[in-house]
Amino acid sequence: MPARTLFEKVWTAHEVVAETADTPAVLYIDLHLTHEVTSPQAFAMLKASGLKVRRPDRTLATLDHSTPTRTEQIFGNAPIALDDAAKQVRQLEQNAQEFGVELFGLRDPRRGIVHVIGPEQGHTRPGMTIVCGDSHTSTHGAFGALAFGIGSTEVGHVLATQCLLQRKPKTFAVEVAGRLPAGVTAKDLILAIIGQIGVSGGTGHVLEYRGAGIAALSMEERMTVCNMSIEAGARAGMIAPDEVTFAYLSDRPRMLAGKDWDEALTGWRSLASDPDAAFDASTGIDASQLEPMITYGTNPGMVLPVGGAIPADRSDPAFERALAYMGFRGGDTLLGKPIDVVFVGSCTNGRLEDLEAAARVLKGRRVAPGVQMLVVPGSQHVKRQAEELGLADIFKAAGADWRESGCSMCLGMNGDTVAAGAYAISTSNRNFEGRQGVGARTLLASPYTAAASAVTGKISDPRTML
Amino acid sequence: MEPLTKIRSKTVVMPSANIDTDQIIPARFLTVTTKTGLGKALFADLRYRPDGAPNADFVLNRPQAAGSWILVAGDNFGCGSSREHAPWALLDHGFRAVVSTSIADIFRTNALKNALLPVAVDAATHRWLIDHPGAEITIDLQSTSLTLPDGHSVRFPVEAFARHCLLNGIDELGYLRGGLAEIERYEAARGR
Repeated sequence: MPARTLFEKVWTAHEVVAETADTPAVLYIDLHLTHEVTSPQAFAMLKASGLKVRRPDRTLATLDHSTPTRTEQIFGNAPIALDDAAKQVRQLEQNAQEFGVELFGLRDPRRGIVHVIGPEQGHTRPGMTIVCGDSHTSTHGAFGALAFGIGSTEVGHVLATQCLLQRKPKTFAVEVAGRLPAGVTAKDLILAIIGQIGVSGGTGHVLEYRGAGIAALSMEERMTVCNMSIEAGARAGMIAPDEVTFAYLSDRPRMLAGKDWDEALTGWRSLASDPDAAFDASTGIDASQLEPMITYGTNPGMVLPVGGAIPADRSDPAFERALAYMGFRGGDTLLGKPIDVVFVGSCTNGRLEDLEAAARVLKGRRVAPGVQMLVVPGSQHVKRQAEELGLADIFKAAGADWRESGCSMCLGMNGDTVAAGAYAISTSNRNFEGRQGVGARTLLASPYTAAASAVTGKISDPRTML
Repeated sequence: MEPLTKIRSKTVVMPSANIDTDQIIPARFLTVTTKTGLGKALFADLRYRPDGAPNADFVLNRPQAAGSWILVAGDNFGCGSSREHAPWALLDHGFRAVVSTSIADIFRTNALKNALLPVAVDAATHRWLIDHPGAEITIDLQSTSLTLPDGHSVRFPVEAFARHCLLNGIDELGYLRGGLAEIERYEAARGR
């Protein structure tokens, strides 16, 4: 058999029917994650066609996108503040019940952001195909799964058949040498990679992150890297499973056990790309040379080392327009610029290690006067752990707002928004115009950089505060 | 689904690269449970001023934009989220095709599922279209060609099966369900 990449092994194992010149492959989907925003139209289609969810046992639903983060709206008597959001939440509750799909409901201790709970509960496994009506489904690729975002029509296809019609994407190796220096995180690494290959550099491809720099990362760090693959335009991002992966998986609530685990492990150990497998494209980066990164524009590829200066006018109207939106000028240095809001959370950086990083900076310090800081755990499980470890107390003592889990201010669907013109340092994944609120100005950075900037009230290099 | 064969229309031009799905339809409009009526939210933050009045400077609000159903946009159109609300909003507004030098993967798939035609052309043709807003062009799915007003034609790629389905009004889910026996055999062979 010719040498194959990790992606090719997972793809081939899921071909119900291989692609031809005239027809795409019928690809089997092992795990289908759903949430309240992109599923209503798909369930409505099933109802209109008199169809059932074919494999409810391979389908899991959670509430995250338009779900409130205020405790009184989840556990108290306060109604969900936004009527349309409340309607969406009720709709998913109804659909889950009617179609027999398991839902981690509003007060369920397992609820959280869809890409946090899948791995956390042990649904996400190496070698799987995983889809969700959400572009950050690429997160699950950290486990050696082929995981990608789909639209609502395709959500309906998977609900009805457990399959998708797909053309085989190309492969793209991202070789990461060296280890990240102190104070430089997986978020900085993926921002640097996006800056290097561009926001459409991965279009049509599945990225495979590999090399010593990736092997040295924890599973939570690997998830941060794979999460933002879509911001480079890639279909998915993957990392070969290794002992770090298996250690993470071994004690998850829904994980395989006994003989099933042993058998699965044997298969997972053979998933890594063969040594002489060829990729359609490749790039390399040295993690040891990286600094904390921050975005200055309106897409994640407009990114700099935190101490750097914005490139001068390149006579590109889109570039100039982005700077005008951000209120910056070419040649500006970002360090020291005042900020208004700090958001720590999201499927990119809402896991326990992210909260630990933010707390490490905030311990014994205060959020600067006039700065609003919101810390939103990625799941209720992360929230409980952070409370048990005393992280929540550090955030509250610093003057930050500590919330229930959800997507929250990453996309502002639930009412957690940034005001027009305000500057927000955010650990999330998109700095698009209006992403965090109409006119909001987003600067993407790591939890360290976000927390350091919260303390000073200005864009800051966290390495001086660790 | 209605068969789609040919679109002839004036163009509207938005030359910026990387027009993302948050610009096409901001997240606050996604709290819906249907796919209809989203045209009013299309490009909402560009199209309306903070007080809700139309922004006269925005291209879709100009009188010339009326009756133009082909959007010519900068590179990497539709990057960002998987929200199918983006093609739903474009279609509800009246657009039938988007022309760019490249179109983001998830958006392209979503567009094809809804008969909004994603058309990627070479840089020179794209440059001409950007420089000639309002040009009347023809996009023919049968011949996968885009024809400029002077009769010059260029080909564009469309996934073969999506093209077949659009030309013949075939529902992809019906096709997938036609293969249920094979799906069951696959499941049986894997033992679950």
